[in-house]
Amino acid sequence: MTDFKVPDNLRYTKDHEWARREEDGLLTIGITDFAQDALGDITYAELPETGRTLDTGEGFGVVESVKTFSDLYAPVAGEVAETNAAVEEDASLINRDAYGEGWLIRLRPQTEDAWETLLDAAGYRAVMESGD
Amino acid sequence: MTSATRRLPLHDRHIALGARLAPFAGYEMPLRYGSTVEEHHATRTGAGLFDVSHMGEVFLRGPGALAALQQLVTNDVARLEDGQALYTVMCSPEGGIIDDLIVYRLADDDWLLCVNAANRDEDVAWIREVVGDAATVADESDEWAQLALQGPLARTIALPLLAPDLEDLPTFGVARARLGDHALLVARTGYTGEDGFEFYIPAAAAEPVLDRLLEAGEAHGITPVGLAARDTLRLEARLLLHGNDISRETNPVEAGLSWVVRMDKGPFIGRDALERIREDGVSRRLRGFVLEERGMLRAGYPLFKGDEQVGSLTSGGIAPSLDGASIGLGYVRVDVASEERLDVEIRGRRLPVAVTRKPFYRRDA
Repeated sequence: MTDFKVPDNLRYTKDHEWARREEDGLLTIGITDFAQDALGDITYAELPETGRTLDTGEGFGVVESVKTFSDLYAPVAGEVAETNAAVEEDASLINRDAYGEGWLIRLRPQTEDAWETLLDAAGYRAVMESGD
Repeated sequence: MTSATRRLPLHDRHIALGARLAPFAGYEMPLRYGSTVEEHHATRTGAGLFDVSHMGEVFLRGPGALAALQQLVTNDVARLEDGQALYTVMCSPEGGIIDDLIVYRLADDDWLLCVNAANRDEDVAWIREVVGDAATVADESDEWAQLALQGPLARTIALPLLAPDLEDLPTFGVARARLGDHALLVARTGYTGEDGFEFYIPAAAAEPVLDRLLEAGEAHGITPVGLAARDTLRLEARLLLHGNDISRETNPVEAGLSWVVRMDKGPFIGRDALERIREDGVSRRLRGFVLEERGMLRAGYPLFKGDEQVGSLTSGGIAPSLDGASIGLGYVRVDVASEERLDVEIRGRRLPVAVTRKPFYRRDA
C-alpha cells in the first residue's frame, strides 16, 4: 500500500484522482498511481470535449482497463480547457506515467478556493489505507 | 475476500510471484502477476504458465462408464480410444447447456471429466443423477491441481522434463507421465488458442512441479499468467465461456456448437429437444464482433440494427493480438445474423461493430 506514489505537491480526491495547480491557474487532472495499478492495463480513455463545464463530482469520462471500467469525476467545478490527446491515442500512458504524461484533462476552476477543498497527500494516503 | 473463498494448493507460490488475487468461482485466484497485456503476448509468442486448479476433476470409473457418459454428453465418446479426449457439452432435457467440458478416456473403465469450477457442485449432482449406479462418480477436484503451459515454446520447455517421451502426444491426447518424481496426467489441450499442455497434478506435488516448470522455462521466457489474460486469450480464439456465452438458457445449436452434438450416436439427454430445435430453426445465433471505433465491448451491451435492439453481448474485452482492438461475442436475432455490420450501445452512444463468424485470432499452423 505504501509503495504507491503520492506526490506531496498534488491534491487528491477519494475517487483516486489527482490535481496539480499550474501557473496559469488551470488544474491538471489525472488518476493516481494506486488507481492505475488497481485497474491494470488501461486500454482506452474517453475524455470530454473542451469547453464543457462540469459540476463538482460530475462524471466527465471513463477509463477502461482489461477487466473493468471506471468513471472519472470532476474533482472541482470548472470548464474543460484541454484534454490529453496523447492518452486518447495510447491509454497505456496512464499506467506508465500516471502523474506525468498520463494526465487526462486541464480544468479552469470556477472558484479560486476550489483547490483547498481537495485532499492533501496525507489525506489521500489515509483514503488508500482505508481500502475505500 | 470472504471466508467462503477457498485457497488453491499453489496459493503461497502466487503470493511469492507477486500475483494480484481475486475471488473467482469461490477460489482465490491469480488475476494477474504484472501486466495482463504482457502476459497475453508472452503466451502468444513464448510460453505462459497458468494455475487452473480451480477447474473441477470428476472421474467416472467402472465397466458402465462409457454407456453412462454417452447418455450424459452430446458428443460421441465411443469414438475415443485410450489416451484420447474430446470437447463436448452436457445438456438438460430441454437442450440447455449445463456445462461444457473435456472428456478424457484414460482407460475403457476410467474417464476424467474436466468441468468448470463455477458449475462444479451442480455438475457433480447432475452427473450422479444421470449415471446412477452404472458407474462410480468421484469428484476429486480438491485432490488435483492443474497447470496449463501454453504457447509456441510449451513443448520445448515441457517435453525434456517428462517421461516417457511425449513428443508424439497428439492434440487432444492424454497420457500418464512423470515429471521428476511426480506422477501426473499430461494432456495436449488448452484454452488459449495456442499449442500446449494441461497438467493434472496431485495437489501435494503442485509446488515442486510448478517450480520445475518455472526453472526449466526461465531460459525460454516462461511467464506466469493470470485469469485476466486467460480471458483475453480465449476470447481472441473464440473459445466460449460457460456462464457468459453459453448457459442453461442457451442451446448448442444457436451457440454454434452443433459440431459437438452427435445425433448419430444414439440416445442422450437433450437429444429430442435439440432435434426439435434443429427442425424448427433457432431464433438467434452466436456471433463475434469487432468494434470499429475506439472503446471497449463488454458483456451485456445491447446490439442494434437501426433503432431496433437485435441482441446483446455475452463477452467483451481487448484483443492484444489484434492491435488492441476491442472484440466481443454475443447473440443476435437470426434474421440479422448475416449482417456485416451492426451497432453496439456503449453508455448511451451507438458505435459500429463488424460481425464475424470466425475466430478473431488463429495461430499459424
